Formats: sequence, C-alpha cells, structure tokens
Amino acid sequence: MKRHIVIVGNGVTGVTAARFIRKLSASQITVISSETDHFYARTALMYIYMGHMRYRETKPYEDHFWTQNGIGLVRGYVTHVDTARKVLHIADGPEIAYDSLLLATGSQSSKFGWPGQNLPGVQGLYGIPDLVLMERYTRNISRGVVVGGGLIGVEMAEMLHARGIPVTFLVREDSYMDYLLPQKESRMINEEICRHDIDLRLATELKAVKGTTRAEAVVTSTGDEIVCQFVGLTVGVHPNIGLAQASGIATRRGILVNEYFETSVPDVYAAGDCAEFNRDGIGSRRVEQLWYTGRAHGKTVAFTLCGMPRPYRRGVFFNSAKFFTIEYQTYGDVPAEPPGGIGTLCVTGNRKLLRINFDRQSGRVTGINVLGLRLRQDVCEAWIQGGAKIEDVAHQVNRARFDTEFDPSFARKVQRMFTQA
Amino acid sequence: MNKNSSLQLIVPGGPFSRLQLLGGIFIAVGLLGFLVTAFGAGSVLPAVTLSVSVGALTFGSALVFWRMAQKPAGVDNNGIWFSGATARGMAGWILAIVFTGFYVVLYWMPQYLEHLIRMSDPLSWLMRGEAADQWFLYGFFYTLAVLIMGARMLVKYRDNRYQVLRTISVMFFQLGFAFILPGLLRMFNQPEFYFSYFWPLKYDYLWPGSVSNFTDASRLGFFMVFWGVAMTIIVTPILTYFFGKRWYCSWVCGCGGLAETAGDPFRHLSDKSLFAWKIERWMVHGVLVFVTVTTGLLWVNSALEGSILGGLSQTFSVTYGFFIGLIFSGVIGVGFYPIMGSRVWCRFGCPMAAILGLLQKYFSRFRITTNGGQCISCGNCSTYCEMGIDVRWYAQRGQNIIRASCVGCGMCAAVCPRGVLRLENGSMAGRYNGPVLIHHDDVSVQVDADWKAQRPLMPPAQEDLPILTDRDVTW
Repeated sequence: MKRHIVIVGNGVTGVTAARFIRKLSASQITVISSETDHFYARTALMYIYMGHMRYRETKPYEDHFWTQNGIGLVRGYVTHVDTARKVLHIADGPEIAYDSLLLATGSQSSKFGWPGQNLPGVQGLYGIPDLVLMERYTRNISRGVVVGGGLIGVEMAEMLHARGIPVTFLVREDSYMDYLLPQKESRMINEEICRHDIDLRLATELKAVKGTTRAEAVVTSTGDEIVCQFVGLTVGVHPNIGLAQASGIATRRGILVNEYFETSVPDVYAAGDCAEFNRDGIGSRRVEQLWYTGRAHGKTVAFTLCGMPRPYRRGVFFNSAKFFTIEYQTYGDVPAEPPGGIGTLCVTGNRKLLRINFDRQSGRVTGINVLGLRLRQDVCEAWIQGGAKIEDVAHQVNRARFDTEFDPSFARKVQRMFTQA
Repeated sequence: MNKNSSLQLIVPGGPFSRLQLLGGIFIAVGLLGFLVTAFGAGSVLPAVTLSVSVGALTFGSALVFWRMAQKPAGVDNNGIWFSGATARGMAGWILAIVFTGFYVVLYWMPQYLEHLIRMSDPLSWLMRGEAADQWFLYGFFYTLAVLIMGARMLVKYRDNRYQVLRTISVMFFQLGFAFILPGLLRMFNQPEFYFSYFWPLKYDYLWPGSVSNFTDASRLGFFMVFWGVAMTIIVTPILTYFFGKRWYCSWVCGCGGLAETAGDPFRHLSDKSLFAWKIERWMVHGVLVFVTVTTGLLWVNSALEGSILGGLSQTFSVTYGFFIGLIFSGVIGVGFYPIMGSRVWCRFGCPMAAILGLLQKYFSRFRITTNGGQCISCGNCSTYCEMGIDVRWYAQRGQNIIRASCVGCGMCAAVCPRGVLRLENGSMAGRYNGPVLIHHDDVSVQVDADWKAQRPLMPPAQEDLPILTDRDVTW
C-alpha cells in the first residue's frame, strides 16, 4: 500500500505541497477543498470582479493536470479529524483515512464585533463565496464603503471603482498603511487613491453598520453617517483554525507548528496562513499570511512529508502589491520608521519612488522599497544577503532594473542624490 | 440610485460619459456612411461620401479616445469579459460574421463592393494616378483600421513606452510601406511592391513567375527581387538573432499591425490550452512545409520548363494561394478575431512566423525574463497573450519564457501587476534558466530512485522545453 498523504485546503500552500510531494515521492495524494473543485489563484479574485478575467482564467493548471499527475481532488468540508484512528470526517461524505495529514486551511476575514456587521451586504473578501456575494450586493448601488487600510482594502476600493461605483474608504491610520510604509510611500499611495476619485477618509474608523434587511449606511468614528448599500470589511484576516480546534490539535492564534510544520499531534502538519510558529525567528513573524509565504511553506513541508525533513527558512524578505496603477515591491527590512543607525536614500519621481536603507556604520544595504518601478529580485536579494555597500548599490542601481524596455532609467537620479548626500 | 447605474449596462467598465456617447454617434454615422455608400451613394458623390464617412469615423474615435485619456493612465481591461463584443457574446459573433462576410465578398464577389470602390476613386487617383479596384479599397480600409485603432492603443498604453513605440512603428509601416509606397510605385509605372512583406508570408515574391515579372518590368524590379531575397535569407536571421521575432511580427508586419491595433480588444480570446498548442505546432509548421515544397516545385518546374512536373507545381501553387493565402490568412485570420483572438493566422498559419519562431527559439538572444519568485499566479499574462502562450506556467516557476510563437508584443509584462516579466535581449548563456520558484539554495535533494523510474516528474504539459526535466529532479 502506498502511503496516503491528505491535504486539507486547495489554496497555494496545499497545492504547492501536493505538487512537490508528487515530484518527490510516489505517495497517494488527496487534496480536499470545500471551496472549489480546482485550485485557483486567490490573488486574482479582484480581476474576476473587474472583468479582466473569468474564473477559469484564474486556474493556474488545466483541469487534466491533476489526474495526469495522480493528485486526487475531493470536494467536501472536513468537519473533524480523528487523530487517534487517523481518519477525516467529511460532511455528507465518506471517511478518509490518512497516513500523513497537512492542514492548509488558510485564513478567515476578521470582524470586530461592530453593530450590524452580519447584515447582508457586509462582508470581507477572501474566496469565491465572498466574490459571489459581492457580485450580488453591489448590483445597482449608489455607494460602497470599504473599511480597513490594508492591501485587500485598496483592492476592494479598486474593484468597486472599476464598476463605476462611488467608494468611501475608511482608514484607521493617519496615512494609508503608515504602520508598514515610510511616510513618503504612504503619502504617495494616499494621493494615488484620491486620484481615482475614492473618498479616502484617514484617521476614521467604523462604529456601526445601519440597516434592517441589508446594509443601508455606516456610522464612522468621526460621527458621520454615510449612506451606502455595501460595506467591505478588510481589517485583516486570522488563521482558520476551527478544524484544528475541533480535532484537539494545539492552537494559539494559528495552528501551532515548529519549523518543520509539525503540529502537536504526530503525522499532522499545518502550513500556510493557518499555521503559527511556536517561536520567533523561524519566519519573518509567527503567522505569515502572504501568497509567497504560503507557497514557500507548501514547498518546504512537502520535503518533510516525503521523509526528507528540512527546516523552514524565509530567506530575504520580499513582498509586492499594486495600489491602483502603482506597483510596489519591497526587499529586506524597510520599517515605517528607520531605527537609529539606519540611513535611508530615497529618490522620488512622478508616482515613482526608490528607497534604499543601509546601516550607517558599515554601509551595508538592509532593505529596498520601490513604487512604480520594477527591480530584479535576485539582484536585490544578493545585495542584501551579501551585505553590499550603499555606495556600490547606488552606482549600480541599473543592474537591478526590471522596468519595461525604453522606460527612462532612474539610475542617474540615484547617483546624483548619492553624491550630494 | 446611482445616476450611472442604468448606463453601466452599456459599459460595465465604468461611467459612460456624454462625450463618449457623442463619439459613439459620430462613429455610427461614419459606419453608416460606408453602408449607404455601399448601396449606391458611392458612385454619385464619391469625394463627399468618402470624406464625410472617414471624417465622422475619425472624429468620433478621437472623442472616445480623448475621454479615455482623461482617466489615469494604466492598464485598464475593466469589463472586457462582460461585454458581448469582446467576450464572444452575440455582438462578438455578429462582428465575426461581418468581418468574415467582408472577406468573402472581397475575394469572390467584388461586384458587390462596386460602389465602395468608386467611393475610394478620388483617393486612388490622388495616390496612384489610376482608378481604384477592390484591392485598393481593401488596403484603404486596412490602413484606416490600423491608424484609428492604433491611436486607441497609443492612448490605452500611454504610460508604457514599449507599447507606444511599437504601435507607432506598425502604424508607420502600414501607412508608408504597405499603402502609400505601393501606390506611388504604380503611379510611376513600377511593379506594385510591398517592401515590408517577404517570402514566405508574401509567398509569390520568390516564385519564378513573380520574379520574372519584376525583373522584366524595370531596373527597380531587379532591386525588388534582390530586396526580397536579402530580407528573407540575410536580414531576417540577423535581426531575429538580436531582437527575437518581434522585430517583424509586432513592429513591422501588416498582419501583425492589424492584430496589434484592431485586434487588441480581442487578444484575450486566444486558446491557452495545451491542446491548442499541439494543434498550433503541427499546423504552422505544416504550412511552412507546404509553402517551401510549393516554391521548390515551381522553381524545379521552371528550370525544367515544365517538361517533367507538368501541371503539378501549378496545382500546388493554386491550392496554396486559395487555401492559405485567401481563406486562412484573410477570411479566418481576420474574420475570427472576435472568436479566436487576434492572432489566429499568425499563430496557426503564418509560415513567416514559423521560420522566425524556429530562429527565435534556437538562434536568438530574446527571452522574457521572469523575476525570481514574484509571481502570484493571477493569470493576467496568460489571459492577455494573443498567441495563446500560457505565460503563467513559466512565470510561477520562475522560469524564462522562450517560445517559438512569442511575437514579443510585451503585453504580458504590461498587464502583470507584480513586475514579474520583462522582454530582454541578453546573452545566450543562461537563457534557459530552469525553474527557480523560490530560491535555488533552500532545497537541493536527490529524488527517490524508484520514484524516478515509475513516472515522469512533472507533467509532460508544455514539454517544449527539454531542459525542464533534469533541472526539476535535482533541485
């Protein structure tokens, strides 16, 4: 009998794990999902709503891929894991026995107990069911309100805007994402949001959603009442740990795992958004909820599941996003406020920005931010990992350029700025 | 109620302004002008119907594009899959029937175009010193489409310099090399010649019949033959080595020019499946073999003065001209834009693309570089690839894209929301980089020997790249 590896969740973590397990072993693989029959790119949800793509375009693999690679797909909702007998219970379905189990159950949108938060027309945006609801509740409406100044919030604002729906965007902070972005970056995004006719309200929180049968208005912390028929709650996500809790697997914020993604129960692993490392220093934080980390978790845990255990290493941090038309990339460590001893070189242009942080004493580059520019990941990574000196980086910035051909180069500006500084 | 909500039915992508509506009315007037012309008005007042129709069409388009330019620059594909015209809805099928019908009439029933041809007489006299025929009319409409829709491209992609330059280039080559210059040549009693088309796309340029026609005609005819041979044999491989096939397919070629301008609203309709790719490879290389054999037979026959092959080469050339030259490149190539995307001909039929593709794959510095592990698998790149390449397949593995069919339009890089893709001409070393996905160094293990024996490692899908398998095993 082949070993049976069962994966709960067909998001990027579960599917990456399945793919690498298939590359590394002949085990039987089953991926269970209650959301969709096939893996789709969650990152593309917004594009479906905006009409750039249909659901089928968001599927990274053709449907025949799974049978061709011997990866079994099961559509169903796992209610409980009997870890003693090593079987899964599926709602209205058969029991499934496993030898090894990977929980990759992802996240859930957070809600903070606001009055009216469960009214129809009030929702987060995490998966296909949310998209279906959003489609239904944004038909012929006069205004949508988006609550929460994170990456999903700005996506939701763009989605509604693309459909010609006026948007009010409530952001708790004094400037968009100023807890992560340095001031210049944050302000540039504020301007970009406003440039697209979004009613951006900074330092404003949600107090309550009003309505009887569905959302009709929101009340803000500044006392304003905004008439709207749709409220997008994008105040963050939290690990989806219901299944683990129901099955006696140790959890805190997420499902507790070590650097090999082992949970408190033998032969049960957890990875991706739903996992929480049991100590600092494994990932960039205890709970990592990015597309890139989900993929990296999935790949790493696959080796462990195939009997070649290796600890998770995040490597040089990187992330990316797009705020309306402005692309954003970040490498290494670029905090909102540079700590003492960290210098920063920042060049800006028309909706473009390049920031290089460096250690004042050693001159080593510690982090890079770009807005409206594209950089090469491998070059940036090598700089940060190899401790490249700021003067070298400033003079060789073109080596990292990844902009479209013929785009004007930023390099001279950087060099001039560096020589002046 | 939102004041725009009722109009959202027309343009799901956003508010529909009065200006756009006005532009639409002018465009409709222009098209109506052509219709009225076709049913008789053209012969009565050709100069008036021509200038009114073209004027209204141009002015209306300008209004619509001006409105587009008011919005912040950036990729805007909002609502493309919601609009019937661009998502194979009723309007799309009607468009396909109209386009296809136009080609059928043009090729086989030109008498029905008589009034439209007469409408273009004034322009033809001006440009060529002779009355118009159906091919002049066709060239006129073709050029008009490239220019107007080219202007739309310039507005839509105004923040992307590669797209802007490329669009200006195809507009220039269509207007200058494929419309004005051939007309001027006729005015000066020279053979009509398109300096921007070469064998095997313009297959008869190297057929014995045309060659002798050119050389008999004038000394310039000799140069034309020389030009054709030199472009096919010398210039094409050199330029393709340095820049990839894009130097021709998306910067110069007229077929490509129409696809990149008038075809832009339909680019996402190309089939991305592995199945389509399999068909494509057989078909496009099959056509290349066909045209090569036909050309060879014609020359053998010509050398032997018809003594052995008799009518065989003639049969080949007529068959090729009918099925490939007319039906495939014209009727299907353009007629199917709203159904199969803008590059049906280029992808499945063009023998020039086949040659350029082979050169591009094996003897070229061109590649689309993938930016490490930045891909979020969203699928915009694959969706908007007019050649039906599943770009995401490579991008999400962190692998460079080196595909024979890629025409280098650069749209995958333009629509990518994470800056993952870049068109580059680099050194041949490291061109095939193999998959990276996340990091090279974090994992390097040996695969179970028995597993390796049991089944292929990664799906044979996209097996075009032989380098995949062994790289995959060892990292």
